[in-house]
Amino acid sequence: MKKICVIDYDSGNIKSVYNALRMILVGTKNSIVVSSKKEKIKEASHIILPGVGSFNTCIEGLKQKKILNVLEEKVFKSCEPFLGICVGMQMLSTKGFEDGCHSGLNWIPGKVTRIPQINESIKIPHMGWNKLIVKRRDNFIKNIGEKLDLKKNFSAYFVHSYELILEDKNNLILSTEYGGEITAMVKKENIIGTQFHPEKSHLFGLKFLETFIEIN
Amino acid sequence: MVNTRIIPCLDVNNGRVVKGINFVSLKDAGDPVEQAKIYSNEGADEITFLDITATHQKRKPIIDVIEKTAENIFVPLTVGGGVSSVEDMKSFLDVGADKVSLNSAAIKNPELISHGAKRFGNQCIVVAIDAKLVGKKWNVFINGGRIDTKMDAIAWAQKAVSLGAGEILLTSMDRDGTKDGYDLKLTEKIASSVSVPVVASGGVGKLQDFLDGVNIGKASALLAASVFHYKKFSIEDVKRYLNSNGVNVRI
Repeated sequence: MKKICVIDYDSGNIKSVYNALRMILVGTKNSIVVSSKKEKIKEASHIILPGVGSFNTCIEGLKQKKILNVLEEKVFKSCEPFLGICVGMQMLSTKGFEDGCHSGLNWIPGKVTRIPQINESIKIPHMGWNKLIVKRRDNFIKNIGEKLDLKKNFSAYFVHSYELILEDKNNLILSTEYGGEITAMVKKENIIGTQFHPEKSHLFGLKFLETFIEIN
Repeated sequence: MVNTRIIPCLDVNNGRVVKGINFVSLKDAGDPVEQAKIYSNEGADEITFLDITATHQKRKPIIDVIEKTAENIFVPLTVGGGVSSVEDMKSFLDVGADKVSLNSAAIKNPELISHGAKRFGNQCIVVAIDAKLVGKKWNVFINGGRIDTKMDAIAWAQKAVSLGAGEILLTSMDRDGTKDGYDLKLTEKIASSVSVPVVASGGVGKLQDFLDGVNIGKASALLAASVFHYKKFSIEDVKRYLNSNGVNVRI
């Protein structure tokens, strides 16, 4: 039986993630909890960190809840599957350059900078559905492909003004194209991050979350 | 490149869809959640709800609609109509809306845009502009098109963006309901004046209108209500048509 914990640290849009998980888990014995309590996080088999807002507000929100230690224990000692969404992924980097310069969690080395507006047709935020491009073969994507025809359903919903630039491109699983290459999904061992919102990406997004929950 | 978004708009009055009586396959033709489901399955990239009751006393029905829709449909949801405070925005976002659209209230109190953007992020804040040609320029109208603010629509769009709007929902009052197509001049002027996405709205009547909205109007997203409600064409039809004319869409 799986216990999914969605970290609640006063960032927006936690309800949408919860709704999508609830839909996926209907009729299973798995459970979801939305919480920032240490005990709940400790019990979890899967952790999801959503994130809407600015880099620093989200980092500060996590610090205020005093849960960084327990999260690091789960991720680096118990090696439980972890998924960061949008700013929840960006925070995994070393440094964020939104509203100044702020330290990130440094779980996946890289920096978060504003998407360059190289011409008039590049509107910021990058908002809407964009095609995904496989950068590295990974079982995670293969497993989604077993549930869904990825020839037809390989787009996801993005809404962001800042992008994660990875130090090690080996951690890049999916990208998308918007003026240049944009990091769409990262994976480093049990740590996964998506710039897109699986909870808002219709069938593809639901299958993405299902695949995450299936990780043992 | 990001795909051009197709956004059906549902006008909701007291928790029921006002248009949409032609959905013969529905048991409950006026149920916004059911209609949103159909649109989502047809490939809607986002869904916009416009609360046309929109008074504080009657706020509850639209909140219930958003909540039920968000529990069942996994594409972005925007809600607008009568949003006049940060608390209003929060009450929509809390039940699962992704964006809120500000109209009259933002004109009366532009700080509402910056306060909302600061609290929830720019991506949450849509500024809706109802524009009408008066003489040689487009003026911004408020209160459902009843009051001419005399403000220049282009200048207002730029100001809204500088205050933190993440998107402009631009409705041409001259075209709304005419089926003559989007006001392409207006749309192009605004789209080329701001750095955020512009959603074109008002006037679409045939497939070519959607294509013109992107190619000539330079809109990032295309909103329509009646052509979808009355099944003149489906969202799938629009997307196939755009795709065959070289526009990137999610199919």
